[in-house]
Amino acid sequence: MGGCFRQGASALAARSGRLSISPSRRRVPEFTLNDARSGRDIITRFDLNMTEGSASKTFNGDACHRSSNGKSAGKNGYVKNHCMYRQPQKYRRPREKNRNVPHNSSLYKTPFMESFEETPLMVAVLTYMGYGILTIFGYLRDFLRHWNVEKCNVAREREEQKDFVPLYQDFENFYTRNLYMRIRDNWNRPICSVPGAKMDLVERVSQDYNWTFEHTGKVVKDVINMGSYNYLGFAENNGACADAAIEATHKYGVGVGSTRCEMGTLDIHEELEQLVARFLGVESSVAFGMGFATNSMNIPALTGKGCLILSDELNHASLVLGARLSASTIRVFKHNNMQSLEKLLRDAIAHGQPRTHRPWKKILILVEGIYSMEGSIVRLPEVIALKKRYKAYLYLDEAHSIGALGPNGRGVVDYFGLDPKDVDIMMGTFTKSFGAAGGYIGGKKELIDYLRRHSHSALYATSMPPPVAQQIITSMKIIMGEDGTTLGADRLRQLSQNTNYFRRKLREIGFIIYGNDDSPVVPMMLYMPAKIGAFGREMLKRNIGTVVVGFPATPIIESRARFCVSAAHTKEMLDTALEAISEVGDLLQLKYSRREQPLPSLGWMSEESLLQARWFVYGGEKKEKEKRQQQQEQQRDSSRHTDCQLLQEVPVPDMDNARATTPRWCASS
Amino acid sequence: MKTTVACRMIFKNLREYLAWLYYQYLLITGIYVLEPWEKSIFNSILFSAIAMVIYTSYVFVPIHVRLALEFFSGVFGGQTKSTMTLMN
Repeated sequence: MGGCFRQGASALAARSGRLSISPSRRRVPEFTLNDARSGRDIITRFDLNMTEGSASKTFNGDACHRSSNGKSAGKNGYVKNHCMYRQPQKYRRPREKNRNVPHNSSLYKTPFMESFEETPLMVAVLTYMGYGILTIFGYLRDFLRHWNVEKCNVAREREEQKDFVPLYQDFENFYTRNLYMRIRDNWNRPICSVPGAKMDLVERVSQDYNWTFEHTGKVVKDVINMGSYNYLGFAENNGACADAAIEATHKYGVGVGSTRCEMGTLDIHEELEQLVARFLGVESSVAFGMGFATNSMNIPALTGKGCLILSDELNHASLVLGARLSASTIRVFKHNNMQSLEKLLRDAIAHGQPRTHRPWKKILILVEGIYSMEGSIVRLPEVIALKKRYKAYLYLDEAHSIGALGPNGRGVVDYFGLDPKDVDIMMGTFTKSFGAAGGYIGGKKELIDYLRRHSHSALYATSMPPPVAQQIITSMKIIMGEDGTTLGADRLRQLSQNTNYFRRKLREIGFIIYGNDDSPVVPMMLYMPAKIGAFGREMLKRNIGTVVVGFPATPIIESRARFCVSAAHTKEMLDTALEAISEVGDLLQLKYSRREQPLPSLGWMSEESLLQARWFVYGGEKKEKEKRQQQQEQQRDSSRHTDCQLLQEVPVPDMDNARATTPRWCASS
Repeated sequence: MKTTVACRMIFKNLREYLAWLYYQYLLITGIYVLEPWEKSIFNSILFSAIAMVIYTSYVFVPIHVRLALEFFSGVFGGQTKSTMTLMN
């Protein structure tokens, strides 16, 4: 039952802060890339059209002409012929259609299915109305508090501070006081057991509408845990990992009492780092005691003034904090939108730094593997292609994806079958799939040596406790199969099965769920503010612990419940959970989806898939000539028979089953 | 949409169905999360507004309709008469 909400608060701060990079709307002399000093050879390459249509769109759409009066383009710091800067940058979700089109499908070895069903208009209107009513009541309560009609339970300005700048008047504080507080019982519920597939919760009640809680002394037993990031089920209090951790405690104790740079490097840390490097397929790696600090303290070591950071708009607060601390220029691209990224890259190279137009010292792209609130997977093949084309650096945060994705559990690089050496900085955490704590950075040896000497996390933070390191080592070895068993492979398979099953079922029931079909993070839309509270409470009544996510972490109307599927969940547990979710969905009217329900599955298998695809094309369908030609072209390349385009052609409504065509998952079903 | 869901949800009696409808009202308006006294304020304001709308429409609509009828019959009636007289 994580503190999503709180974490979200900083995420909001982060998000809004990032948006403030924005826009001066003033029309400023604009200039084409043809004129840019260094732009000549770039423009020739644009014709290759890296991301489909982006170049032509941006160039035809915006008339880009350098004005003859010769005023500088970046008068107050930014290049303003940039459509990103001209319009207010707010979070707008592209229409669903656009999201489903696989751009550059040739870069993907497996179908890349991501869906973000549009919010029904009626629901959006009602949601805004709900927030409006709650806001009115919030103002009423604030009014009563102000005149001391009711007791104020939260911090507020003292009398003597009356004429100073108000501290608690902004929307964040208003929201916390008047909306979050009312449904606060859904968050930060204390757990009193190992947070595995099932957990025990401390029962608590509130007599004063969630301002204070008291424990009843009872325990809610065996709550199905759909909230922990326990993807591979390594959050256990028994088994090989726990035993090894106990042994490590006997050997080393728990505390280390120094930093890595001084007296805090144990042999177990060296072992861990070598293992991580081997696991990731990189030259070297370094481990830190805290996942958040891995991001926020290492980015400042990597970039500085005169560098450019291109950050996804939905990046985690740790990345945002790190980027800000680094004092680099930050520009934000739309979530997982490669056109937007390419445009920023191109502008960065063509125009260079503001005012001086010197080239950027470094350009660093910050992306995450799985975005924890959207359940989407980064379009890594495209990002890497862009990064190579524009000679930028890539920082990949695999906090959620490491262990959870890929046939070998090696994260998003493994999932797409790419070379880990193409990613310059591989960052990840041990907190999720490995059931431990901390984070790592992997990459070239020079990079890691540099980080060891320059990162605050390595210099000042106490090194990782030995039992934690041992837990990571053991779990990682299990995942790699180096313990001589197939337990790790079983867990990976179980996770992907569970994910597919859970997502498919939720969609069939009629919920709107976001994200990639392979992502174990499953956000389910709730929309209305009252339903956030009601969903969490109703689910707990049915003995299922879920995480509900509200405004600061999501756009205001897109409140959601977020399930994290785990390999530790059995099918019975998932069925119980699904039944309860469906029941609550009826009770709360959550089945918003207007998508047609999928037809009965085709039951594709790995070997038969090609045959069946052919059968579909030649025998089963009366296709137009051109379509047939397209498919024949594709079938010439028979090794890529699971290419998305092929799947697109064949009318397979049930994409989860189409997933079974991927050879790597075939053993699962 | 309501009907399909009502079919999916099994209600024992009308009372239960009405309770469910009230629950939906609470959720959609958002007053589910409010404290009881706030709920009663909201409900009383809403219902008094609705009651006033109904009352005013009950009181004033017939008068307005009659006046409108009179006005239009006056306009059109007069016209036909005058054309008739002209024709005569």
